[in-house]
Amino acid sequence: MDFDFSDDQKFMKEQARKFLKEQCDSRVARGVLNDPARGYDADLWRRIAGMGWLGIPIAEQHGGLGLGQIALCAIAEEMGRACAPVPFASTVYFFTQAVLLAGSSEQQAALLPAVAAGDLIGAWAVAEGAGVAAPGSALGCRVEGGRLSGVKVPVTDGAIADRLIVLAQEGGQAGLYLVDARGGGVRAETLASLDPTRNVARVTFDGAPAERLGDAGDGWALAQAVLDRAAVLLAFEQVGGTDACLEMAKDYALNRYAFGRVIGGNQAIKHKLADMYVKGELARSNAYFGAWALEEGGAELPLAAAAARIAGSEAYWFAAKENIQTHGGMGFTWEADCHLHYRRSEQLRLVAGAPRLWKERLISQLEQRNAA
Amino acid sequence: MDFKDSPEEAAFRAEARAFLAANARPKGDGAPLAVRSDPATLEAAKAWQRKKAEAGFACITWPKELGGRGGTPIQQVIYAQEEEQFETPPNVFAIGLGMCVPTVMAFADTATKQRFVAPAVRGDEIWCQLFSEPAAGSDVAGLRTRAVRDGDDWVVNGQKVWTSGAHFSDFGILLTRTNPDVPKHKGLTMFWVDMKAPGVEARPIHQMSGDREFNEVYFTDVRIPDSQRLGEVGAGWQVALVTLMNERLAVGTGYGPTPEELMALARALDLGGRPAMADQAFREKLADWYVAAQGLKFTKFRTLTALSRGQTPGPEASIGKIVSANQMQEMSAMALDLADQYGILNDPAEAPFGGLFHRNFMFAPGLRIAGGTDEILRNIIAERVLGLPGDVRVDKDIAFKDLPTGR
Ligand SMILES: Cc1cc2nc3c(=O)[nH]c(=O)nc-3n(C[C@H](O)[C@H](O)[C@H](O)COP(=O)(O)OP(=O)(O)OC[C@H]3O[C@@H](n4cnc5c(N)ncnc54)[C@H](O)[C@@H]3O)c2cc1C
Repeated sequence: MDFDFSDDQKFMKEQARKFLKEQCDSRVARGVLNDPARGYDADLWRRIAGMGWLGIPIAEQHGGLGLGQIALCAIAEEMGRACAPVPFASTVYFFTQAVLLAGSSEQQAALLPAVAAGDLIGAWAVAEGAGVAAPGSALGCRVEGGRLSGVKVPVTDGAIADRLIVLAQEGGQAGLYLVDARGGGVRAETLASLDPTRNVARVTFDGAPAERLGDAGDGWALAQAVLDRAAVLLAFEQVGGTDACLEMAKDYALNRYAFGRVIGGNQAIKHKLADMYVKGELARSNAYFGAWALEEGGAELPLAAAAARIAGSEAYWFAAKENIQTHGGMGFTWEADCHLHYRRSEQLRLVAGAPRLWKERLISQLEQRNAA
Repeated sequence: MDFKDSPEEAAFRAEARAFLAANARPKGDGAPLAVRSDPATLEAAKAWQRKKAEAGFACITWPKELGGRGGTPIQQVIYAQEEEQFETPPNVFAIGLGMCVPTVMAFADTATKQRFVAPAVRGDEIWCQLFSEPAAGSDVAGLRTRAVRDGDDWVVNGQKVWTSGAHFSDFGILLTRTNPDVPKHKGLTMFWVDMKAPGVEARPIHQMSGDREFNEVYFTDVRIPDSQRLGEVGAGWQVALVTLMNERLAVGTGYGPTPEELMALARALDLGGRPAMADQAFREKLADWYVAAQGLKFTKFRTLTALSRGQTPGPEASIGKIVSANQMQEMSAMALDLADQYGILNDPAEAPFGGLFHRNFMFAPGLRIAGGTDEILRNIIAERVLGLPGDVRVDKDIAFKDLPTGR
């Protein structure tokens, strides 16, 4: 058993942390928060592409680094810590994973090099409004004669994406479809969201040329398989975010005085920080198991992904809200960075579906396993 | 014990209901909540308060000659129950009428009371509470704003912070340090202050929710006549305790989304082929929240009953805000969860109830801090209600100027 990153992966993670500390302090996220029309920080995105991170899970033959999913998990943790305002998750955890999972060799050869080079922002367009569609239910987005029509909302990074992967229905069968977001028949409109550091859009398709990714009829199954992968990677962002909150809270608790001593001397604050730590470590361990299952690609993944997602969502939410609480009035200001994490924790909690669904899925998995 | 109205109470309720029906819109017609401090909202709030005062529904328990109704605490509850069902402008008077003016009533001379109480009741003048400072929030007795005697005046220098509504307030109650050479609780003095006086400057602070409702307030050589002192020199802490006791009565319940609003959302949302309302986990949560909200409501009734029997409500009233602020956070988070991915959208044109749940989600963290944090309220319950020993205090017997401080 070896339940830790390798030395190489650790080295890479250290480098990523250093890089993001220098290139992505909170002013970068605030730049987008204060001007949501920007959608993301294009300079940071270019520099990240320059580091090669977009190509970590992509094979060398397609211009990637071919370092595998566990290395990607290490980077994801650092992206979460930094609250980076870039479409990394949409492009790498969703779009790239879907292309790796379901793309033909031609599609992979056409798309992956552009992703690795930083020339292609990808987005994942599944949701059609509030609530959750049951797998297999009828979809509003339809494909006929290679053209897609309908509306997807919300689409994370939808207004800044170059390519979209859309869950749509063709002749009664659901499939995943590739659409050129810059081409005809696609209109994206940014919507106000709790976390403007990740663009959210309504995307309207009106006879947009669409190319199927994977087999007809496999749409829902593929979507779930992509979600499983993304859930693990998002869990690492949540672990990084939790860490960042705990660090901020600890720093404040050690320096803020009330009643003649540092507030961190009060058990109420100590226990709060200890709880953040405990939840963070449970999330980290579940995320590690998820990373292993993701790399293995075996039958363990769905259960491991659900556990990582549930623990990560809980830890980050708790840490983000209690970090504000630890900062008192200061924590409630725009100027303090606490709310960047409060917003991001909610974004990460919802972007791949709320934990309540994953809990249902986790227990169903357990039931199946016990029945077997 | 009787939860039903007596004949007199029923008559009062009918009167209140008739007044509201004639003057306000029933709740739930989906009008977006206004941001509190824009001029139009402020005017609407003032107009509504005046209407209430003229009809005898503002400050119901206060004496008639001071602009109140001379009514009972139970009437106050009845009116609040009725008003809850109507859409009314945001209450910008809560801090003034709930905390500041009662302090003025308890400590000022008759002339001062006659000058200030009725205009506050009518909403013509708004009051704010100038207690917290950058280095003194939970530990408000650690404040540093200095008042130095100069003839018949005091000269005040220092900074307050998080002062809700200071930018649109006319007056404030101001807690100052008049003697730094004695232990911190003993060197404080309270004044009322004109917010338009030379040297007073309010600068709105941008909140994480995006609003700008609270302020930094700077005092630079502000001259305050000794006649504006509330209570004795050096007795400011005792005066502040009266303010804070009133705060416990003023704040407490009635925040955030109601179980009914959450149910309306859940009925409309589909969760994988069935309405969210059918989800067992959601139903259980909802039951818990409803029971807690009822518990708070009836606890408040008990407090008011004690009040109407001439007893002083104790620190047990502190449970209100701990429960309601946390519940506001949990319930709004649940609303976002139910909408799933779509829950991230707070666009008023997209989000359910025009973004009500999102506003609550972003304001709840502030409510858990304002007016005594969760942690401080728990300390109060543990120490003052249950009698558990207090923390070992390093700051009780040292001169204020010698206390250790941080950033
Ligand atoms: C929305 C809002 C409106 C406000 N309006 C007003 C107003 O109108 N007028 C006014 O005077 N003030 C106002 N305040 C200020 C408010 O009263 C203070 O923010 C609050 O008392 C906390 O003080 P602080 O911000 O200095 O935090 P701190 O006192 O620095 O607290 C930081 C953290 O330490 C914890 N802590 C401190 N001491 C202890 C202890 N002994 N045991 C355990 N934990 C402890 C706190 O719970 C908190 O988590 C407002 C605040 C907010 C957020």
